[in-house]
Amino acid sequence: MTFLYLIPIVFAISLLAGFLGALTGLGGGVVVTPALTLLLGIDIRYAIGASLVSVIATSSGAASAFVREGYSNIRIGMFLEVATTLGALFGAYISARTPTSALSVIFGLVLLHAAWQSTRAHHDPAGIKPPDPLAERLRLHGHYPAGGGRQEYRADRVKSGFGLMFGAGMLSGLLGIGSGALKVIAMDQVMRIPFKVSTTTSNFMIGVTAAASAGIYLKRGYIDPALTMPVMLGVLAGSLVGARVLMGAATHVLRWIFAGVVAVMAVEMIYNGAVK
Amino acid sequence: MTDERFEVWIAILLRAGVLTAAAIVLIGGVGFLLHQGDATPQFHQFHGASPEYTAGAAIVRGALHLDWLAVIQFGLLVLIATPVARVALSIAAFALEEDWTYVAITAIVLAILLYSLF
Repeated sequence: MTFLYLIPIVFAISLLAGFLGALTGLGGGVVVTPALTLLLGIDIRYAIGASLVSVIATSSGAASAFVREGYSNIRIGMFLEVATTLGALFGAYISARTPTSALSVIFGLVLLHAAWQSTRAHHDPAGIKPPDPLAERLRLHGHYPAGGGRQEYRADRVKSGFGLMFGAGMLSGLLGIGSGALKVIAMDQVMRIPFKVSTTTSNFMIGVTAAASAGIYLKRGYIDPALTMPVMLGVLAGSLVGARVLMGAATHVLRWIFAGVVAVMAVEMIYNGAVK
Repeated sequence: MTDERFEVWIAILLRAGVLTAAAIVLIGGVGFLLHQGDATPQFHQFHGASPEYTAGAAIVRGALHLDWLAVIQFGLLVLIATPVARVALSIAAFALEEDWTYVAITAIVLAILLYSLF
C-alpha cells in the first residue's frame, strides 16, 4: 500500500472522528486511535500521536464556531482547567507505580454507568435551591441561545465539580485517554450546567489539556508528519460540520449520541485493560 | 470591554490560527504526495519520527528548505500553539475587564501549560 492509497482512507476516518468529537465534546481520539490500530494495523504510538493532534484540531476548530455563538463558557472552562491540568500532572507522576490495566477495566465500568446516566436530563427545576455561593463569587454563570431566545444558567456544586475534574485529569495522565467524557459528565450531571454548554466547554478544555502533552509526544517521535497530515485536515473539516450540526440539534438526540460514543469508549477501555 | 466582544476576539484569533495551520499542512501534504506519494508507509512498526521532525528549531529549518514533511510538521506546531495563544490572550482580556480573580486563574493554567511544554 502506498501513501497515495493510505492517506485518503485516513482522511475519511478522520472526517467522521472530527464530526463526532465536536458533537459530543469528547475530541476525535475515540475514533482515531482504534481505527488506525485495529483497521489499518498502525503502531499504537503513531496512533496516539495522531490522536493527540486530532484532539487539538477538533477543539480549536469547533471552539472557534462555538465561542462566537455563545455556547461555551470561558470562565467555567478556565476555572476547571486548573483542576484538570494539575490532575494530569499528578497522574503522569504516579503512573509508573500504578497498575494501569486494572484501572483501565474499572474506569471502563464507571464510564458504562455514566453513559447510561447521561441519557437522562436532570430533573430538579432550577431556581428553587439557593445558588452556590462559590459559583456566585467566581461568576460561573451565563446564558446560551435556546429556542430563539437566551437561556440563563448558573453552575451548582462547584467544589464537587472541581474535585471530579482533578480526577478526570489524573485518569487522562495515568491512562493516556482523553478526559473529555468525565469533563462533560462532571459539568452536566454534577454542576448542572446545560448539556450543550457542557459539551462545548469540554471541547475548549480538551484542546488546552492536549496541548500540554503535545511537546512530550513530539519529542518522543510519536507525531509522524505523513500520517498526522490527513488526520489533522480530516478532523478539522469534520469538526466544523459537527459544530454547525450541534447548534441546531435537539439536546436529547445529542445525549444519546454522547452516551453511545462513551459506551464504545468504555468497552475499548475494558478490552485494553483485559488484554494487557 | 464586554464579555461578548472579548469572546468574538478570541474566536477570530482561534479561527485564524487554525486556518493558517491547516493551509500550511495542506501545502506540505500536497508537496509530499507529489514527490513521495508512491512510497510505502512503514507504520506497522514504531521507529519514531526522525530527529529533524521532533524539535522546533530543526522543523523550522527543514520547512525553510521546503522539506515537505517539515512543512507539515511546522503547520502542526502552529496548531499546537493556538490553544496556548488562546489562554495567553484570555489573561489580557480578563485584565481589560479588571477581573483579577480570573487573571490569576488563567495565569495558573498558562504556567502549568508552559511548564509541561518545555
